[in-house]
Amino acid sequence: MTNKPILEIRNLYAGVDDKEIIKNFNLTIHEGEVHAIMGPNGAGKSTLSHVLTGKPGYKILKGDVLFNNKNLLELSADERACEGLFLIMQYPVEIPGVSFMTFLKYALNAKRKYIGQSELDTMSFMKLVKNEAEKLGISQEMLKRAVNVGFSGGEKKRMETLQMALLKPSLAILDEADSGLDIDALKVVSGGIRGLLDGKRSLLIITHHQDLLEYIEPDFVHVFADGHIIKTGDKNLALELEAKGYTDFIKEAKC
Amino acid sequence: MAQKPEIEDLSGDKYKYGFTTDIETESAPKGLNEDIIRLISKKKNEPDWLLERRLKAYNHWLTMVEPSWAKLAYEKVNYQDLFYYAAPKQKVKPKSLDEVDPELLKTYDKLGIPLKEQEVLSGVAVDAVFDSVSVATTYRTKLKEKGIIFCSISEAVKEHSDLVQKYLGSVVPYTDNFFACLNSAVFTDGSFVYIPKGVRCPMELSTYFRINAQNTGQFERTLIIADEESYVSYLEGCTAPQRDENQLHAAIVEIVILKDAEVKYSTVQNWYPGDKEGKGGVYNFVTKRAACRGDNAKVSWTQVETGSAVTWKYPSCILQGNNSSGEFYSVAITNNFQQADTGTKMIHIGKNTTSRIISKGISAGHSNQTYRGLVKVSKGAVNSRNYSQCDSLLIGSTCGSHTVPYIENENRTAVLEHEATTSKISEEQLFYCLQRGLSEEQAVGLIVNGFCKEVMQKLPMEFAIEAAKLINISLEGSVG
Repeated sequence: MTNKPILEIRNLYAGVDDKEIIKNFNLTIHEGEVHAIMGPNGAGKSTLSHVLTGKPGYKILKGDVLFNNKNLLELSADERACEGLFLIMQYPVEIPGVSFMTFLKYALNAKRKYIGQSELDTMSFMKLVKNEAEKLGISQEMLKRAVNVGFSGGEKKRMETLQMALLKPSLAILDEADSGLDIDALKVVSGGIRGLLDGKRSLLIITHHQDLLEYIEPDFVHVFADGHIIKTGDKNLALELEAKGYTDFIKEAKC
Repeated sequence: MAQKPEIEDLSGDKYKYGFTTDIETESAPKGLNEDIIRLISKKKNEPDWLLERRLKAYNHWLTMVEPSWAKLAYEKVNYQDLFYYAAPKQKVKPKSLDEVDPELLKTYDKLGIPLKEQEVLSGVAVDAVFDSVSVATTYRTKLKEKGIIFCSISEAVKEHSDLVQKYLGSVVPYTDNFFACLNSAVFTDGSFVYIPKGVRCPMELSTYFRINAQNTGQFERTLIIADEESYVSYLEGCTAPQRDENQLHAAIVEIVILKDAEVKYSTVQNWYPGDKEGKGGVYNFVTKRAACRGDNAKVSWTQVETGSAVTWKYPSCILQGNNSSGEFYSVAITNNFQQADTGTKMIHIGKNTTSRIISKGISAGHSNQTYRGLVKVSKGAVNSRNYSQCDSLLIGSTCGSHTVPYIENENRTAVLEHEATTSKISEEQLFYCLQRGLSEEQAVGLIVNGFCKEVMQKLPMEFAIEAAKLINISLEGSVG
């Protein structure tokens, strides 16, 4: 772990229409760190991941976000992705008629083009994908199927992990804000992601219970309420939170 | 003789005066009357029987009214304000690519059309055009060995008069509809194909070069005859944007398929669609029909329609022979102010006839699109089957999509299925692609290509790649 900051969020205020959801939010993530943001359902945790990745429909009211020293908020969603920000989606979307292989090729070449590399030829691309897919237990047959169409929850997460492996982001956000992943899917996604944490890549986990954190151990746990972080601690904070419940914990923290 | 003025016009400078003067001295260049038709026929050295047919069609056309049942709103054509004999609007041919509209060249680049072809497509007055003529000739010799005839309809009229006389107008009679009738009176050129009995055409036949090179394109006439047990795959490409303003394009394609024969007809249509405000663009009023005359005859229409300001087109199948089958695979994309009313007709006459319709419509901008299809099962068509699937995809909230299926069934043993869906590109789908680094345009292109996959797969390989690129280009600027 080094001291190089990857993501710096300062005084961020954001929301939908006139509704402020993120208020006075501050967070710094350094290279190689794993952070977890926990909070009750409906607190606006997903809003945070959407605002960071540039999903349309959100308003930035105030504040700065630096990503690898660049002003993140000035970049479009695709530019942010190419800069190395990856969102492991809570509910990966289906794209009928487009094979995963084609989709991966588009994604990888978009990134390569952005960072000034030439497009990969088909042979090298296939080899690369095959190699990464094998590590994650993804069959060739799955790669030929249309993007997420007819995939189980676990399979979808496996494919998200494959994309992360190929795109090599410097920061991945794992959004499980309010999904109820079954244990198998949880193991798949956490196992895959753990394998991708190389000491340089950072991870931001957004979740509402600590199940996930048993599989990926965070360096920092933040409690999110009222639009910002009300308390920060280590992994034990997650356990404390689990034991007390959000309502009591937040009440106490505010006192 | 007929070719002469065009060769002159390709050679450059002289065209401007020479050709126009030619027309002027012989008759008024604009407008339609019997004299113009006589002139066309004379210019082409046609036999009397064809002139008589043209005049008959013309006189019938005078009694007809332009159809207004389609969901299309356009300024009516002034038929007396048109040129009817190879009078291209382009005044002077560009001498090199430097003189060609750079926007046009950009589009060619995106389509991946090689430089040499770009020259041909833009009508540059260099020998490239002659090259394409010689390409056609090389093909022809190869095909001749198998007894296949592939030539212009004008040539066919002279050299294969018996075949043309027998089949021309036998699938689309001049009385068929207003635009077909007009075409029957004034058609200038087009393609003729004859595949002899038992012959499998060894290559895809294409009109791609010829139509562009000869700069016809307003009233083409295509006639394809597949004799017993023969097979041919035919490609019609209008992949070059045409920059003319509100040009009328009223073509006829007739296909005759005899016993045990099969014809595949693929079209990628990209006539100039008009500008972003809906100004200009081609009126594409086309009649295409195939007749499966013999038992076990098969026909398949595949079309990718991205161009034209207004499209009125229903490639149809007459399933006369027993066990004959017809297929219609269509992708139609409209953007900006384009309008398309398109679909097919499946006429089941023979026993055990089958038909399949897969239509994918994509509307964006302020465009309007209608699928209009007829499935008709006649009394004698026992055990006929049809499956129809019409899917519409909307991009944005200012476009329209409509599905009008007509079903007429006179036989109780028929099984007819119809499925229809309408969907939108969701913000979630778009964001998912963007989050993986794709640009918005790439994302829309990818999603739309996925939506059309079933149809795109029916296109010959090299055509499919071109068509996929074309889809992306057509939808540029449709989001955001």
